[in-house]
Amino acid sequence: MILVLVETQADGVELLSAEALTFARGIAASGDGDVQALVVGPHPAATLEGLAAHGVSAVHHADDERLAAYSAAAWAAAAIDAAKTTGATTLLAAASPRGNEVLAHVAARLDLSMAANAVTADAGTAGTLVVRRQVMGGAALEEVHLSGAAGAPALVTMAGHAVDPAPAAAPSSPSVSVFAPALTDADLVARVVRSEPVVNESGALTTSRVVVGAGRGVGGAEQFGDLLELTELLGGALGVSRVVTSLGWRPHHEQVGQTGSRVSPDLYLACGISGAIQHWAGMSSAKTIIAINTDDEAPMVTKAHYAVIGDLHEIVPAVNAEIRKRKG
Amino acid sequence: MNTLVCIKRVPAASSAVTLTDDAMGVDTRHVGYTTSPHEECAVEAAVQLVETHGGTAAVLTVGPEDALEQLRDALAMGVRSAVHVVADSDAFGPADVARAVADVVGARAGSDDAVDLVLLGNDAADTGDFQVGIRLAYRLGWPVVTGVRSFQVIESAEGGRVAALGDGPDGVEHFDVPLPAVLTVKEGGITPRYPSLPGRIKAKKAPVENVTPGFEPAGSGRVRLHLPPEQPSQVQILGEGADAAPALVDVLEQIGVVGR
Repeated sequence: MILVLVETQADGVELLSAEALTFARGIAASGDGDVQALVVGPHPAATLEGLAAHGVSAVHHADDERLAAYSAAAWAAAAIDAAKTTGATTLLAAASPRGNEVLAHVAARLDLSMAANAVTADAGTAGTLVVRRQVMGGAALEEVHLSGAAGAPALVTMAGHAVDPAPAAAPSSPSVSVFAPALTDADLVARVVRSEPVVNESGALTTSRVVVGAGRGVGGAEQFGDLLELTELLGGALGVSRVVTSLGWRPHHEQVGQTGSRVSPDLYLACGISGAIQHWAGMSSAKTIIAINTDDEAPMVTKAHYAVIGDLHEIVPAVNAEIRKRKG
Repeated sequence: MNTLVCIKRVPAASSAVTLTDDAMGVDTRHVGYTTSPHEECAVEAAVQLVETHGGTAAVLTVGPEDALEQLRDALAMGVRSAVHVVADSDAFGPADVARAVADVVGARAGSDDAVDLVLLGNDAADTGDFQVGIRLAYRLGWPVVTGVRSFQVIESAEGGRVAALGDGPDGVEHFDVPLPAVLTVKEGGITPRYPSLPGRIKAKKAPVENVTPGFEPAGSGRVRLHLPPEQPSQVQILGEGADAAPALVDVLEQIGVVGR
């Protein structure tokens, strides 16, 4: 059985967790067993509906007032309890900051291996799970074979956007069991003591349908005017390469890539970005990639769906004018 | 207040990689090496801690002989001393690295060099395991906060604490943990300094303690590496320069991101 650690947001199951549930059904289809969900602490009412749409056979809800503030160790304690009770042979989470953190705590507590950023996972022989996971920012895949047994599950996090989230062919009516995990004071030492909502910063970047990417080719901090206008015309978000934040042209929360955000928009419009593997890791799952670049041999151009060759400072203003003209 | 900052020598590949003949590693004959980006921020934080609070900062790596280059880079940024656990990085899995670091921390316990704070990067740029800091914390029995964007050490008569912040799903999250502790640092809030020329000269003379791991590594479990399926270029060149703008906007309309 595959137990999925599900993260939630105001409207139910979080996107990366929906991907993980979809991924889990693929693992289940390659072997045997079902998919069950673990939810830790308070969550919105719509969560159950989302989990039913994903066809999970059971929902396990770790409920304790001490789980109201996030603590990775406490979540790990809950995950271990749920995995033991259910006899899960695989414990899966999204490779989100929370998912990676909680599973690493589980791995340390149970002295098990863990595979982060998996892109495929299939049942192998003798109860093993054959996993391919991203290394070198996704430029290579590492194959590892995890043994999964009741009490010692295979621990896997799924790389963001490795699959498209999709509901199950048939929704389920999952059973819901609420349990109080065994928590110690030590589990609560490193917990969130305060959080400040961030308005319209990196959140918009990871959820936006359109991301306008900007790289070294922009040329300077004062040169973003046309790109910001294009971003606004497309109702999108600006994403930048690491060199742009390293040079101090734009803030770090706009960075897309291995050490920034991973985005999966309908359109990624890469302007003046050569396409280093570290950047590609953050945007390769965009449905359509358009590159604007002076170099027709830049990786971003050859890997894009469409490209315009030339100086972005000539092309982008012309594109803005064309959009305004057509919008009337 | 003594800080130990852990770094890793990683290939500085920026374009497609090739594999070694046995597919067990990345062919690094034609690429340089660097320090994982998050760790450069951790080194900067360690140097700043000494500037603000006194005490010492030491840098540690678990890696091959050549990783001395990355230790010297950190020393050039202002770290005083280095510990080199000489080992084949590929043979050491995340649990092994955590054990090697814990052994160094353990050996210093109770001495003048006792470690109060271990800083690591959030994840290594090559293997991306996301585990070493957490496994280390459990070995030491210390609290751990990961994905730290910035932090402050608060010293008091009751003992030191760390106030750390990072980015959570709903915004900025604050943590407050007692020392000793483990933090994993993420790029974004701490800007690494460029080493000065005097710093580089000093780094060449700084002490580097070589350590041989006292155990056989369990390994990473790597069966082999694969390259992602190669996609032949299917790019459609829409044109050159500003004249291509209408063709580009046609595509934007086709995919439905510009309404007619």
